[in-house]
Amino acid sequence: MTSLRTKPHLGLALIALALALLPFVVSATLGNAWLRILDFALIYIMLALGLNIVVGFAGLLDLGYIAFYAVGAYLYALLASPHFGLHWPVWAILPLGALVAGVFGVLLGAPTLRLRGDYLAIVTLGFGEIVRIFMNNLNAPINITNGPKGIARIDPITIAGHPLSKSLDVFGFTVPGLALYYYLFLVLAILIIVVGIRLQDSRIGRAWVAIREDEIAAKACGIDTRNVKLLAFAMGASFGGVAGGLFAGFQEFVSPESFGLMESVMVLCMVVLGGMGHIPGVILGGLLLAVLPEAFRHGAAPLQQALFGKTLIDPENLRMLLFGLALILVMLYKPAGLWPEPRHRAELKKS
Amino acid sequence: MTVLLEAHGIGKRFGGVQALKDVSLTIREGEIYGLIGPNGAGKTTFFNVLTGLYPRDEGEITFAGQPLALGSPHRVTRAGIARTFQNIRLFANMTALENVMVGRHARTKVDVGGAVFRTRAQRTEEAAIKRRAEELLHYVGIADRANDMAKNLSYGDQRRLEIARALATEPKLLALDEPAAGMNATETASLRTLIAGLRDDGLTVLLIEHDVKLVMGLCDRVAVLDYGQKIIEDIPATVRADPRVIEAYLGTGAA
Repeated sequence: MTSLRTKPHLGLALIALALALLPFVVSATLGNAWLRILDFALIYIMLALGLNIVVGFAGLLDLGYIAFYAVGAYLYALLASPHFGLHWPVWAILPLGALVAGVFGVLLGAPTLRLRGDYLAIVTLGFGEIVRIFMNNLNAPINITNGPKGIARIDPITIAGHPLSKSLDVFGFTVPGLALYYYLFLVLAILIIVVGIRLQDSRIGRAWVAIREDEIAAKACGIDTRNVKLLAFAMGASFGGVAGGLFAGFQEFVSPESFGLMESVMVLCMVVLGGMGHIPGVILGGLLLAVLPEAFRHGAAPLQQALFGKTLIDPENLRMLLFGLALILVMLYKPAGLWPEPRHRAELKKS
Repeated sequence: MTVLLEAHGIGKRFGGVQALKDVSLTIREGEIYGLIGPNGAGKTTFFNVLTGLYPRDEGEITFAGQPLALGSPHRVTRAGIARTFQNIRLFANMTALENVMVGRHARTKVDVGGAVFRTRAQRTEEAAIKRRAEELLHYVGIADRANDMAKNLSYGDQRRLEIARALATEPKLLALDEPAAGMNATETASLRTLIAGLRDDGLTVLLIEHDVKLVMGLCDRVAVLDYGQKIIEDIPATVRADPRVIEAYLGTGAA
């Protein structure tokens, strides 16, 4: 431990090596289904980090966050599928997705600037539903979103001419497509983490937290709360837009039912459960809530078979039951989240 | 002495209640100006109108030769009026140092791009923000509490922190809303030294206070509000002797 502490580069290199080998370990021991879950976990982490800016830093309770994920996903679907016959490259769509989702963030933020807490939650919840219902119904009179059927045959994410859905041979060594997606998502997740940390430790990040703590005092400190709040909505939404684009390219299919209220609640749970406003906590929350329910889904039925000889409770019901129980326990015993922000921030200690 | 702030004919109503009526004040550069009056006289309302928290119904305010913007507290702060609050409003879950660093917001300008790419300008500015914040904590005498959460500070230190945060906005006028409220005699005495020091360093101070002794001993000039109207504006000795002031505080029988 001491040697790692004195040599931070060594520790970092070990973490990087572990993260690089993880997909192979997972697919060799648990199978490809779990590698797929891991890919999804990375998408959820990006989403949770985006929502953390709005809820964790700026303290604006947003229950419609999944709408920005939907905007990013549908933008990718429309620009890279046979639906409109467009096949844009991923590196053009993702930044555009971030931008368009950011604009949607401002559109949501602008009319809700005076709202806080419960009232803001209700309005954002409505916004999330509006976006989903639009996706569901924009197939007539002009077919834009293909309605409830969703958009299929979306182009897989392609880098340097190689679609990530296909495995790649590197010096005679085969890297499966799911692992390629893993590496791409990992790089982007790290990018989003770095952006999140840098924003947090800046004048803007402090202004967000100031608004969360006391809006009137923030105004008295010369913070233009309107602009700074809109910036939080826009930044959070743009992270969601990027995650949505990745989701569409990864799944190669999008439909409105992926963007329901439960998804918004799930992402909010990741932020709250992990530790609001604390980036490592939010990452932990995203990882746990993406992986644990799947573990129940896969493990509950065989476990009951082994114990009782038959399946007593439907795994899907059991999953929600345990999830609810876990939430209650965390709120009772760890109300600030599983990994809350330490009281003293290291960066402020005398150097 | 040049005039720093001139309020003319300020009026403010809340429904049927006339909280302020035709209040005119003149604050000169470099003085400590006291605003006193019985409970409910309109002192804090005047404060909130001045700092843009409440829109005013009537009247004009000229500050440093410029008309003061209406209803936008952050613009008032940028124009050079900083304030503290009667019931302390700190950012409870931020450290003392971070609280003061937030106060630098109005005088710094790095945006999202600068923060994300951590440009040279951003790093320079960030270091300057931190240095200035440390200096100000030192100035108000709580440098050793820099890394404590604001909510964990003692009451007197919280008051000092609020003043440091206000000073971080580089004000020309510092407006203090009952800074001595709830303080014991020792804390009040050291607060008095701090405020007198601010004036010696060239700052203009507007002081709302219940502690009449503190106001009379500290202020260069004093105005008295009663039922939303200014009844007198003069040097402390004259104000103290004025029958209208005694009547306002003690009732008609006493005068």
